[in-house]
Amino acid sequence: MRKQFTQKYLTKRKAAYIYAAFFLLLSIIVGIAVGTVSIPIFSVVKILVSYIGFDSILHHVDPMHINIVQNIRLPRVILAGLVGASLSIAGAAFQGLLRNPLADPYTLGVSSGASVGAVITLFFHLQIPFLGSFTLPFMSVLFSFLIILFVIFFSKRLDPSMRVETIILTGIVISSFLSACISLMIALTGNELRQIIGWLLGSVSMRGWSYIKMMLPFFVVGSLILLSQTKELNAFAFGEERAQHLGIHVQRRKMIILFAGSMLTGVAVAVSGTIGFIGLVIPHFVRILIGPDHKHLLVLSVLTGSGFTILADLFARTIISPTELPIGVITALIGAPVFANLLLRRRRS
Amino acid sequence: MLEVNHLFFQYEEEKVVQDITFSVQKGELVGILGPNGSGKTTLMKLLSGILKTDRGEIVVKGKKIQEYGVKELAKVMAVLPQHVQESFSYTVKEIVSLGRYAHQKGIFQSWSSKDEKILQRVMKQTGISDFQNKSIHELSGGEKQRVYLAQALAQEPEILLLDEPTNHLDLSYQKELLDSLKEWSLEKNLTVICIFHDLNLASLYCDRLLLLHDGKLEIDDIPVEVMEEERIKRIYRTSIKRTFHPTSDAPQINILPNWEQEKGISLDLDCLTITPEQVKVSAPLALKTLPVGVTESGFGWYKDFLIHQRENPSIFADSFSKENGGKPSNSVKLLTMGQLDNIAVRFVKEKGISFLLVVCAEVEKELEMWEATKYKRERDFTLGAIHIWAFINGELSDQAFLQSVMRITEAKTAALAESQIVDKLTGIVAERASADSVLIAATQQGSLVDGMKNSINYEESLSKNVYDCVREVLLKVSKELQAN
Repeated sequence: MRKQFTQKYLTKRKAAYIYAAFFLLLSIIVGIAVGTVSIPIFSVVKILVSYIGFDSILHHVDPMHINIVQNIRLPRVILAGLVGASLSIAGAAFQGLLRNPLADPYTLGVSSGASVGAVITLFFHLQIPFLGSFTLPFMSVLFSFLIILFVIFFSKRLDPSMRVETIILTGIVISSFLSACISLMIALTGNELRQIIGWLLGSVSMRGWSYIKMMLPFFVVGSLILLSQTKELNAFAFGEERAQHLGIHVQRRKMIILFAGSMLTGVAVAVSGTIGFIGLVIPHFVRILIGPDHKHLLVLSVLTGSGFTILADLFARTIISPTELPIGVITALIGAPVFANLLLRRRRS
Repeated sequence: MLEVNHLFFQYEEEKVVQDITFSVQKGELVGILGPNGSGKTTLMKLLSGILKTDRGEIVVKGKKIQEYGVKELAKVMAVLPQHVQESFSYTVKEIVSLGRYAHQKGIFQSWSSKDEKILQRVMKQTGISDFQNKSIHELSGGEKQRVYLAQALAQEPEILLLDEPTNHLDLSYQKELLDSLKEWSLEKNLTVICIFHDLNLASLYCDRLLLLHDGKLEIDDIPVEVMEEERIKRIYRTSIKRTFHPTSDAPQINILPNWEQEKGISLDLDCLTITPEQVKVSAPLALKTLPVGVTESGFGWYKDFLIHQRENPSIFADSFSKENGGKPSNSVKLLTMGQLDNIAVRFVKEKGISFLLVVCAEVEKELEMWEATKYKRERDFTLGAIHIWAFINGELSDQAFLQSVMRITEAKTAALAESQIVDKLTGIVAERASADSVLIAATQQGSLVDGMKNSINYEESLSKNVYDCVREVLLKVSKELQAN
């Protein structure tokens, strides 16, 4: 009886992985195929397969389609996927660390911190020696890390027990303050206003392969760090004191996780602006499906989060075509009600 | 195993732990006691390494606690917290497996078959195997506690620290948990250090108690020494009375409420009603009662006292339900074989003592079956049991209760010897019957009667009056026997 249950449980998890992978693949294909010029699904699949060494397969595909996919659609879809994956895994990690299903890079103010870093870099035309084009993500990462440290320090001073509401409130206050700073900076500079606002609301359009190259190292390092901390994240869910009792070096692990989370958030913001709520909705959704164990939660959040963001971007660019909506609008439209629902359920319990 | 030397700790200005020194041996079960704010929890946090000491040292297995790595310490010492915040619905198995964290190596620590074996063992030990796949949020408080206990045991610790583990647990879980701790300390040599809120539980289970007061160690000794009435009164600043556990030498503390029962009640003849079927004494309030040979043995508190003739059980049931709000639970009832014709009642009030005495001797009409076959006779009259029930206005010490029983028995024996009632069948002079009963009930108000002092008047008066009453009753009995 019990064995049967365990098996059922395990297969449920296995099924979740299969569904998530399938969902991601489907999103990629649909994301590439749909647009102002639609590309037949078969051609998309053929072009994708050609990347893993079957060039001969491309003979019967329209060269224009190949061009669109390789230079516009594919980098866009990949970037959207990477951004979604980064925000989701960072959100899942922040939630575990702060024992708080309402935490996410956006509500914690980390995204705004990253924006400030990015805006400073862009407007002062900063170029840190040896970093070159990595200056932008580096500054974003740096600022998001500083902001999360500040938020945690500040809410601890405010309320030593660090209640969920305190952290969120602090995050939102800091977030608004930083947004005001950004607005001020933009107003003072006075040009490229529309473009900057578009960037702030979040978009993955017209970024190209260079952005992917810029983002990938941060994504890989950040994700690997978080994936190595799944046990610690599980322990943190029972409070820092309990985590220490279990043998976890709390301060060190906390800094590692915060750093990796900020790195992922920072780099996502640097390439796409602030896209809210992905880091909130996706881990929440995955947790409902397979439970809170971070070993699975993180990986599945990456898969689902990237697929979700690719689809959100697809909606953003097709819904009122040819005009593009910022992707942040779509995610907020879905995310805000989920956030409200979570808040309501917390109150009730 | 664990040594604490001159430990100090302060939050900002406030000194919370001051100069505490003690040591704990392997396999000991040590309780930490103290009023709220005495520094128990701070001491526990220092021991578990959550707080760092500023003065003094803690030595665990010969090594200072600050020289331990967090993981290394977790392999030696596990903590069962008082309260755990559960933000997400992990399953029981997931939670318990976190206890293996300290034993796993490498960055992507893998789950070995040894880990799994230990996991299954501790879940079995704590009795949670059956709901290992349930979410923690579905469990009751007692079950949750066992889950965290299993988690702590999965660390395979040599020292287990517990912070008020019996809080929020119902009686059976409290017992279950403490029984397990005791068992592990005895059989597996697990060293257990536990904060207790409940002095009586601590006294019952611990080998040694540390009593903290204002951050200082008041005393470190075995329970009997620690739980002195005067000490507990002084430290907890409240009125208590110490007794002992009924089945062990563990001292038990009883609080004395400020609220008191109505004063100035006294028993007299008005409390007594006699009908052909029953003798009944109804006290206005419950009396502390020592019944001997009545129903259950041992002290109790009762309001209604009945000697009732067995033949008519219906009146018996009635008399409880209607009068005085009497219930079977606060009544003493004695069913007799014989008739209740021979009764002597006396209310004594002299030299500052007053008591009500009821003496009753049964005359049995029917013989026991074996007697009937032995003597080939079916019916006869013979002296049955003698019941001597005394109701005292005053406070009796335990000793005084027992001395009352002794005096009554002596007086009865003397009166029987004097009366020379001979059983017609066997020709034996009656000395005592196995169904005899003695009952002492006291209001526990007013003047104190202690077994040692100022009790001579009382005992003399009791002896004399019991003797007289028994004589009086036996006289009636022998007349009745002769008449038959």
